[in-house]
Amino acid sequence: MKSKIRKIVTFVEETRTEMGKPVNPPTRRAAAAAVIENPFAGRYVEDLAELMEIGEELGALLAERAVAALGIPGPSAESYGKAAAVGENGELEHAAAILHPKLGTPVRKALGKGAALIPSSKKRGGPGVALDIPLGHKDAAFVRSHFDGMEIRVNDAPRANEILVAVAVTDSGRPLPRVGGLTKDQIKGEDGLR
Amino acid sequence: MPEPQLRKRVIIVEEIFHEGGPAAAAPLKRAAALAVIHNPFAGKYVLEIAGFMEDLTPLGLEMAKALVAALGGDPKAIEGYGKGAIVGQAGELEHGALWHVPGGYAMREILGNAKAIVASTKKVGGPGTRLDVPITHINASYVRSHFDAMEVGIADAPKADEILLALVMTTGPRVHARVGGLKASEIKGQDGLR
Repeated sequence: MKSKIRKIVTFVEETRTEMGKPVNPPTRRAAAAAVIENPFAGRYVEDLAELMEIGEELGALLAERAVAALGIPGPSAESYGKAAAVGENGELEHAAAILHPKLGTPVRKALGKGAALIPSSKKRGGPGVALDIPLGHKDAAFVRSHFDGMEIRVNDAPRANEILVAVAVTDSGRPLPRVGGLTKDQIKGEDGLR
Repeated sequence: MPEPQLRKRVIIVEEIFHEGGPAAAAPLKRAAALAVIHNPFAGKYVLEIAGFMEDLTPLGLEMAKALVAALGGDPKAIEGYGKGAIVGQAGELEHGALWHVPGGYAMREILGNAKAIVASTKKVGGPGTRLDVPITHINASYVRSHFDAMEVGIADAPKADEILLALVMTTGPRVHARVGGLKASEIKGQDGLR
């Protein structure tokens, strides 16, 4: 493995009620996060190819962990998202190199499909920084019931020379969606949007 | 007394490979099971609250079982534990104390009558409050390598009229434990202390 992983953390959230109203079936989200060494911490490096390959490895590993945490087959996942927090000795561009060029393909492979863009966020921060991972339907970005976000944090990461990388997967949308828009049963699934 | 009304459950699993030193032969795992329940005593002073402990017992057992499952399914693999509670702002610290008996005994039962007192902490707080749950060895509180803690929290809990309940288990010592003291191999196992 190219990635030097210090720690892997998984989170599963299950919402049973909202405002006293039962959520049936409960909505569930999972996130898997890896804390890795930043090979370019503390210096400017022009070519970020190594981080792109790390992104590819982590896409497979984290999607697999998140799906396993939900206990569902990959294709049953409904929405997804990704995010990274770079420690203080790294650049925002390091997060971009991990997340954007190569991480998506293995994530989609783990989920069977995934025509839609994987929504993402990134930041630089210290240990315990909160990462808000945006979520969107994996086959049609406009499905309004699945616009969501999941907050995660790892209290001791990222250290200055580390990067926290996370992939989130759900088996559902928001708990009680009722703001209209495209619904999941209307997905055409051709362009990743509708 | 009413059955606890559960809004949300969260499971967090940390897998720690190293912390700057040599990688552990088997990574240390820590897991937390969190449950967000309605506080039946929120907003008023209620004298008799102790009956709620019994109502919490099934939930405690369910959470303890979920933790063992999250750590691989074998109760014998569990070496450390701890518990905690965050009471929403319309409640009292004393409401958090209701968790001592059902949370602690649930873990001791599931782990085959573990001998040590279950380390604990509690506080009143708002949504997103973090709690450092203390951890000690399940059979001998003085085992120094197993003094640990796990930070937990949920972005949207506890609301004012809720209580966030936490149980934590670990599979071993701190990843690079080396400050001496009583070793796990030296446990006499009679008094829960040494």
